[in-house]
Order: sequence, then C-alpha cells, then structure tokens
Amino acid sequence: MIRDITIGQYYSVKSPIHALDPRVKLVATILYVVSLFCFQSFSGYVAAILFLGMMIHLSNVPFTYMVRGLKPIAVILGITVFFNLFFSSSGQILWSWGPIVLSTGGIRKALFMAFRLVLLILGSSLMTLTTTPNQLTDGMERLLAPLNKIKVPVHEIAMMMSIALRFIPILLEETDKIMKAQLARGADFETGTIIKRAKGMIPIIVPLFIAAFRRANDLAMAMEARCYRGGEGRTKMKPLKYTRKDWISYALIWGYFVCVIVVGNVLYI
Amino acid sequence: MGMIQSDNLVYEYIRRNEEGEVEGIKRAVDGVELSIKKGDFVAILGHNGSGKSTLAKMLNAILYPSEGALWVDGMDTSKEENLWEIRQTAGMVFQNPDNQLVANVVEEDVAFGPENLGVESSQILKRVETSLKKVGMWKFRHRSPNHLSGGQKQRVAIAGIMAMKPKCIILDEPTAMLDPNGRKEVIDTIKELNRKENITVLLITHYMEEVVDADQVIVMDQGKVVMEGTPKEIFSQVPKLQKLRLTVPQVTQLAYELKLAGMPLPDGILTRREFVEAVERICHVNHT
Repeated sequence: MIRDITIGQYYSVKSPIHALDPRVKLVATILYVVSLFCFQSFSGYVAAILFLGMMIHLSNVPFTYMVRGLKPIAVILGITVFFNLFFSSSGQILWSWGPIVLSTGGIRKALFMAFRLVLLILGSSLMTLTTTPNQLTDGMERLLAPLNKIKVPVHEIAMMMSIALRFIPILLEETDKIMKAQLARGADFETGTIIKRAKGMIPIIVPLFIAAFRRANDLAMAMEARCYRGGEGRTKMKPLKYTRKDWISYALIWGYFVCVIVVGNVLYI
Repeated sequence: MGMIQSDNLVYEYIRRNEEGEVEGIKRAVDGVELSIKKGDFVAILGHNGSGKSTLAKMLNAILYPSEGALWVDGMDTSKEENLWEIRQTAGMVFQNPDNQLVANVVEEDVAFGPENLGVESSQILKRVETSLKKVGMWKFRHRSPNHLSGGQKQRVAIAGIMAMKPKCIILDEPTAMLDPNGRKEVIDTIKELNRKENITVLLITHYMEEVVDADQVIVMDQGKVVMEGTPKEIFSQVPKLQKLRLTVPQVTQLAYELKLAGMPLPDGILTRREFVEAVERICHVNHT
C-alpha cells in the first residue's frame, strides 16, 4: 500500500545515537562533513573512518543496511575515480598512453575522492537513519530560531515541512487513484513519444492540483479552528531539552573535529 | 443564557465578478433562532445546501454573521477579541478525516490544539493522555494517522478538540465519509462524551439514524429552520420530512407505511424495539 511508505529512512532501533537530541546530530553531521574537506592525508582519513565506524557501531544500525544507501552514488563514484585516476598527473608517472596518464599522485587523489564521497554519504545517512523526520524538523526549527531576528519565518518553514511530510503519502495515493480513473477512461501513459507522454500527464496533474488546493483550504480552516495563529505564544508537548549526554556528545564531536584537522595536517602521510 | 443563542441570524454569500462588483447574493442562513442549553445533544438535519454547514462555521467564528447576532457561551461571535476564546469553547470537527489532522503522529496531533493555546508542556501531556483515553485511541498514540481507518481518524480529531477542554463540540457531518462501522464508532464516542463529560454536542448530519438519541432535533431547509423538536416529534411527521427530501430511519418508514395500510400503530416509532413492542401489543389485542 502506498500509505505504508516511510519518508526518510528511519531505522527504528534503540541506541545511544537514536536517543540524542536531533540538534546535536544535525550539528555533528555538518561538522563531520566539513571535517572531510580539511585534510589531504591518509592519516586524516584513518581518523575519520575510525570515528564514523565507532558511531555506526554505537547506532545499532546494521552496516549492510547502511551500505545499501551507497548504491545510487555508485555511478558517480566510478566516474570520479576514473577521471582522477587517469587524467591527473602528479608525482611519479607509472604508465601513459596518449592523454591517459597513470601516476602516483593520481592514484592518491582517486583514493581520497572515493573515501571522501563514501564517508560523506555514510555520515549523513547515519543521521537520517537514526532521526525521525519529525525530530529533524523540530531540531531544525530550534537550531535556526536565531534567524527569526532577521525575519526568516523559521516556525512557518518547519510547519510546512511537517505538513508536507504528512500529506506526501496522501497525495501519492490520490495520484494513483486519478491515474486509475484516467486509465479506465482510456488514457494512455505508456506509449508514444516523450512529448506525447508528457501531454498525457496533464489529465493527472490538473485534478491533482485542484485536490491539493482543496485539501490545503480544508486544513487551513481546521488549523484555525484549533486556534493556530503562528509560532508566537506556542508551546510544545515535548520540547527539545539538552541533557548531559547531549553536552558530552557536543564535546566529543568538537574534539573529533580539532583532532582530525591536527592529525590530518601534521601527521602528513 | 444557554450555551448557544442566536437572534435572527443571517449569512449571505456574496458573489463578485472580476471588477469586484456584486453579482449575486445567496442567503445561506436566513433568520435562524437558536437556543441550545448546556449539556444538550442537538442534531441539525438538512439536505445539501440547506445552510447547516454555514451555520456551523459561524458557531466557530470562521464566518461572521451578516445580520443578527450569535452568542457562544455568552460571547458575541462578531467581536474579534472573542475569536480565540470562542474557538476554544466550541471545538469543531470537520467532515474529511484526512484534511484536519496536522501532525504525523497521533499524540502530536492531539497536542496541536493545546500547543496553540500555549498550555504548559507537562499539562499538554496530561491532556493528550486523558483525551486519547476518552475516545479509546490511547494505544494508537505512536502511530501515523495515515495508518488508521476513517473512524479512528475522526476519533483522533475528536480527541484533538477534547484536549482543548471545550464546553461544546460542533461536528460538521463527521460521518459522511465513513463506512457503517466507522460511523457507529464515531457516533458512540460522541454520545459518550455528551453523557459522561456533559459536553454540549451539536451534530450536523443527514443520517437520520444518528439523531434518534438527540435531545433536540432541528431541521433546516434553504437557510431556515423548518422543524424543531424532540426526535419523536420530528419523526412522526414523515410526509413533511419526505417533502424536505430527508429519509427517515427504516423502522420509522416501515411503521409509517403499515399505518397508512391500516395497521393501528402509533406515530414516531424510532427504534426496532419500539416497533416490535407496538406490533406485539396489536397482536395481543387481536388475540383477546
């Protein structure tokens, strides 16, 4: 059933990482991603891999499950490695054939690129695997709250995100229903040129949009009837609160950040 | 003054053309006088376009009266400073269960109302628990509304209103999109809240079966109140109801037809049991 789809890729188990405040995880992910761009040495990558390995182990998410997230980037990974391997010449040249050059510098660069990409994806999917979309929107709302001062509607953006999350499955189901209804009337979505097929989508998109607007209207009325009047004066049932483990995690991630930069640049291998 | 009181209430939909000139006026509600006591279960019946939904929206201050006045718990709905208090006093449940749930998790949705009111966090948790228990949805609190049936979603919507501690609940055709099971679930929940929590209920519907237990029934047609009384008084006027294109409950219809055919049955039979008892009485008389 379409209604059963999960948005995001939350992996529901209990772990210390799951229990962390979403804000900590957001900040940690950003710091981790930034850290990957702060060094150009094997020692740095060893530190980054060790750190992420520890976090994955702590998160109780099976490693095979995480690796599955790499599939969509396999092609990009391949292309990046290929070009770095054969089209950059630095260091000792090992083999060359016309414009194609295999050099020690190239191998080094290709390896770094591959590691960096894989760690980027694994690092950010660790966050989405251990945090529900709701927590993420909550965390983002709180983290971005200072932007309210420069008139960025942070609460509204967070509200829109969570409403979007709620209505994606409903609209998907509706699309399915409309498609079936049009098929029953003899619509053809599968054959013909691309242009013809694109035109065939119009009878789906128009009713879908009308239905979406109607829903939006209904929802707005229902929200107003329940006294919704924006973020001001609003309280939360479960407000995000930092506990000791969150502060410790902040210390850890900043510690890692400093370490990896120092190790990656001083211990240059 | 009662829970809901109105005086010559009028609402006009004004249709304008592109230049903003008035093209036509439609009176959706026309001179309605309401008087609903605290703790009553009142049903408003009416065919499509009879103005019953417009009336409901006015009770929640979503629409303001064009003429006349409307008071909810003594507050004038046309005054803007009363707006939020009215919406808290008279909660509203809408027809489409999907389009009134805001959050992705049942308990979060129930908390939405109190959160908007600025209730303290610990209090919200308590309110969510009691109201979900009242509608029997406590064990679904961590589920997504998308995984619930229509009847369950409507019960969550009712819990969401209950969490705002209203004195009155207005339900605008809450069962129109539900299957018979869901309909029963929702109606039973409403009746229980009315009985146990002494909450004033205003049920707008076109299903006659749902209004049999009401304290008062109001029938609307073309914006006007055309009939008013207890269910018994209303349903004993079958021909008049048929003229208003409303179908009476099946048993009432059967009793009415049998009476027309010459059986000496009383007027206004509402339930199967009443019908059986009445028929038994006739048989008994015939035997002796």
